[in-house]
Amino acid sequence: MGRILIRGGRILDPATDRDAPGDVLIDDGRVAAVENSIDAVDAEIIDASGCWVAPGLVDLHAHLREPGQEYKEDIASGGRAAVAGGFTAVACMANTNPVNDDPSVTDYILDRARHDSPARVYPIAAATKGLGGEVMTEMVALVAAGAVAFSDDGKTIMDSGVQRRVLAYSKLVGVPVIVHAEDRTLVGNGVVNEGPVSTRIGLPGNPSVAERVQVARDLMLAELTGAHLHVAHVSTAGAVELIRAARNRGLQVTAEVTPHHLTLTDEATLGYDTNTKMAPPLRSLADLEACRRGLADGTIDAIATDHAPHAVHEKEVEFTTAASGVLGLETALAVVLDLVRNGDLTPLQLIRRLTANPARILGVDGGRLDSGSPADVVVIDPERSWVYDPYKGYSKSRNSPWAGQTLQGRAVATIVAGRLVYDVDRGILAP
Amino acid sequence: MMGRGLLGIEDLERSDIERILETAERMQEVGRRDVKKVPTLRGRTIVNLFFEPSTRTRTSFEIAGKRLSADVVNFMPASSSLTKHESILDTAKNLDAMDPDAVVVRHAVAGVPKRIADELGAPVINAGDGAHEHPTQALLDLLTVREEKGRIDGLTVTIIGDIAHSRVARSDIYAFLKMGAEVRVAAPPTMLPACVESLGVKAFTSLREAIDGADVVMALRIQMERLSGALFPSVREYSATFGVDRAKLRYAKDDAIVMHPGPVNRGVELSPDLADHRPSVILDQVRNGVAIRMAVLYLLAGRRRVEREEE
Amino acid sequence: MTNDSPRGNPSPPAQAGGAESDCRVVLDDLAISRALTRIAHEIVERNEDLGKLYLVGVPNGGVPLARQLAANLHEITGIDTVVGILDTTLYRDDLISSGSRPPLRRTEMPSAVDDRVVILVDDVASTGRTIRAAMDALMDFGRPRGVQVVALVDRGHRELPIKIDYVGKNIPTKRSELVKLRARDGSYQRPLEVVVLAEGGRADG
Repeated sequence: MGRILIRGGRILDPATDRDAPGDVLIDDGRVAAVENSIDAVDAEIIDASGCWVAPGLVDLHAHLREPGQEYKEDIASGGRAAVAGGFTAVACMANTNPVNDDPSVTDYILDRARHDSPARVYPIAAATKGLGGEVMTEMVALVAAGAVAFSDDGKTIMDSGVQRRVLAYSKLVGVPVIVHAEDRTLVGNGVVNEGPVSTRIGLPGNPSVAERVQVARDLMLAELTGAHLHVAHVSTAGAVELIRAARNRGLQVTAEVTPHHLTLTDEATLGYDTNTKMAPPLRSLADLEACRRGLADGTIDAIATDHAPHAVHEKEVEFTTAASGVLGLETALAVVLDLVRNGDLTPLQLIRRLTANPARILGVDGGRLDSGSPADVVVIDPERSWVYDPYKGYSKSRNSPWAGQTLQGRAVATIVAGRLVYDVDRGILAP
Repeated sequence: MMGRGLLGIEDLERSDIERILETAERMQEVGRRDVKKVPTLRGRTIVNLFFEPSTRTRTSFEIAGKRLSADVVNFMPASSSLTKHESILDTAKNLDAMDPDAVVVRHAVAGVPKRIADELGAPVINAGDGAHEHPTQALLDLLTVREEKGRIDGLTVTIIGDIAHSRVARSDIYAFLKMGAEVRVAAPPTMLPACVESLGVKAFTSLREAIDGADVVMALRIQMERLSGALFPSVREYSATFGVDRAKLRYAKDDAIVMHPGPVNRGVELSPDLADHRPSVILDQVRNGVAIRMAVLYLLAGRRRVEREEE
Repeated sequence: MTNDSPRGNPSPPAQAGGAESDCRVVLDDLAISRALTRIAHEIVERNEDLGKLYLVGVPNGGVPLARQLAANLHEITGIDTVVGILDTTLYRDDLISSGSRPPLRRTEMPSAVDDRVVILVDDVASTGRTIRAAMDALMDFGRPRGVQVVALVDRGHRELPIKIDYVGKNIPTKRSELVKLRARDGSYQRPLEVVVLAEGGRADG
């Protein structure tokens, strides 16, 4: 494999806290050197002037829909969407068909990824068989097959006894249990955040207390069992508060937030656009601000996209019937750069929450640019203006609330394991 | 005024409402004639696209269209199968290809008329979408009150019922507030929507307090399924606490009128004698419904979107 | 009839006392009064059974004229003639296609039309379309024994074979001109005048 020299960029390395101009040399799949200035012969030069050079982004929450729902996405298209968005690694959820609750499915996913995905893929296996919320999965076998975490995401384990045992058992393998924390009996048939907006638009409301109640329960069970609990897509001020208090008590809990919960409120649903329907739903301004503060002060460790492709016929129906979820891989970076632009985070802080922290939570190598680290690198132009057209994107689906919008900030080059896999001008590059 | 049609009262200005009411008064006169028909919409096609069944509202729109000499076509797709296999866009585009002059849409889920209006060139009239709005109902309520009281400004209107799930409530709230009335809502706590006072109303869980001094008492229909224990323990308890009868009506003004969008569950929202006798004006509401719908069709039908937005 | 431009409301009346370019008064209040007196006599001359008359004014201008004619007839004959108001907007042939929705005016027909001699009263007759629309409307009210038409002003440019039985004054005009009955203060109360304005767009009378 050839050498690559990324020249003249602003290097952001969470591992060494480095935020300084410099060059990065990649050789044989690894970062060979990071210096103020490097001269290299026989190297492909990537001009990173005006750009950031960071470890490749790591998404710890995406739905790649394979096996079983390849009409909306598969590992190949999802992988391409990932690298186009600057992600060099994606953890994929288990709510496929069949559910990833058996090592054979985990194997299948890894095999497909090896052959077809330019991004690394880390499978998250189901916590209970068939996502039924009753019988736990063979965690040891699944981790041996390559699963990096367990989650029933898409669903919630409502039975507290089952949740307790899942958390306890997970200590055998020491990987996180990722929870989609919503009390289904409080959610009812709610589809938008319960509040003045839901009252205005006449759609059933999903109260924020549904998340808070469930997070409270899960935190207490995590405390009891000593397991690593990871709260997926935090959306409410109430949940942020509970997680902060738990961490202050020394609990091993981690949490993530999505780009949409950091930038959109329930007011976005006023036009009944089903591309504003997510689970958990977009919340109030106060919730959004609490999530931003939580992300800034470390209560929330990571940004994760919850990339959820859905086909047109699943979205272009009544709001109550439409599938929940939106695309995220190709737009996440531009959207969360807003937090840097309005001063909530420094560039290095943002990168840490998109790279080192997710990697740490999943227990994978990533989020570092020091010499010897795997060469997963992204070059980001934070000022670059572009119009997002999902019909021209790499995902097979189109369901995005940012469709047609002019976004600012984009990955201009993505390198995985030392190979340039994506370039903004040339697109996905074949091996 | 009404760029895409009539989707809700929330989008209307007071002047729009006045215009509709004045036009409806002229249509009332047509309804008093022997030959209750004018040729205004001759050769125009109005499609009633009712995903949710409703004989009353559909018939009212049909009569309204026919009195204007329009051709009225009823299209009632089976509601739930439509959602899985044929998208709303498909339905809308197919309809648009037939170039209707107006499409009246009713659906059990909020937002569908708006989504259809986004796709059609023809004006869309919302005949009720989920718990969101039912604008023609509110307009006929305004017309009825104005007929009875001579004005709406300064009146106190009390709306009683399952406010959380009622599109009539929302539309009435916007309508009466815009026309200068004070609006109160009364319901058990489980039937009040979140942050209801953000709509500009005063919320009560006591019927007595809500009705005190009211000029207009509007009782909403309770869907019996909701009274099966989930939101309210029983019909008996609902009618005892929130049902309106002559005794409770004494707390309202002496000349208060009683209204109901119909059909009435006698003995639940209204006592039987109130449902059928003065001071209830329910039949006037129905009659005014045709006049209002004629007015709305007159003002909207046949005007493609560009023209309407130029106004 | 007021000459509505196709896109909607009647032109606003002139400011009281304000100077206008291109506006000439073709009938002042006295001339109108005399014309109505003469027309009342003509009506009496031509109609045997005065008790069967029904004066129907076409809003807006035709209404004060119809009332004045009723007063005149009473003075001449002592008979009280029924006066009605018939708005023709819903019967216009140019509404839906033009996209305009002029405001509807009151219709008040206190008497049945059957077996009566209806005398339609309009202020300005031009193309004949308003009279045609008024006749269509009238037919929906019943079966009159006869229909006669009064126009205070006939400005020509007939497009339909409509005959005016009683004319106050014939005034030749250009198509682009606008002819209006009005009072200076914008109402329809005396003193009235008929003016011709230089630009009014197409006359739809």
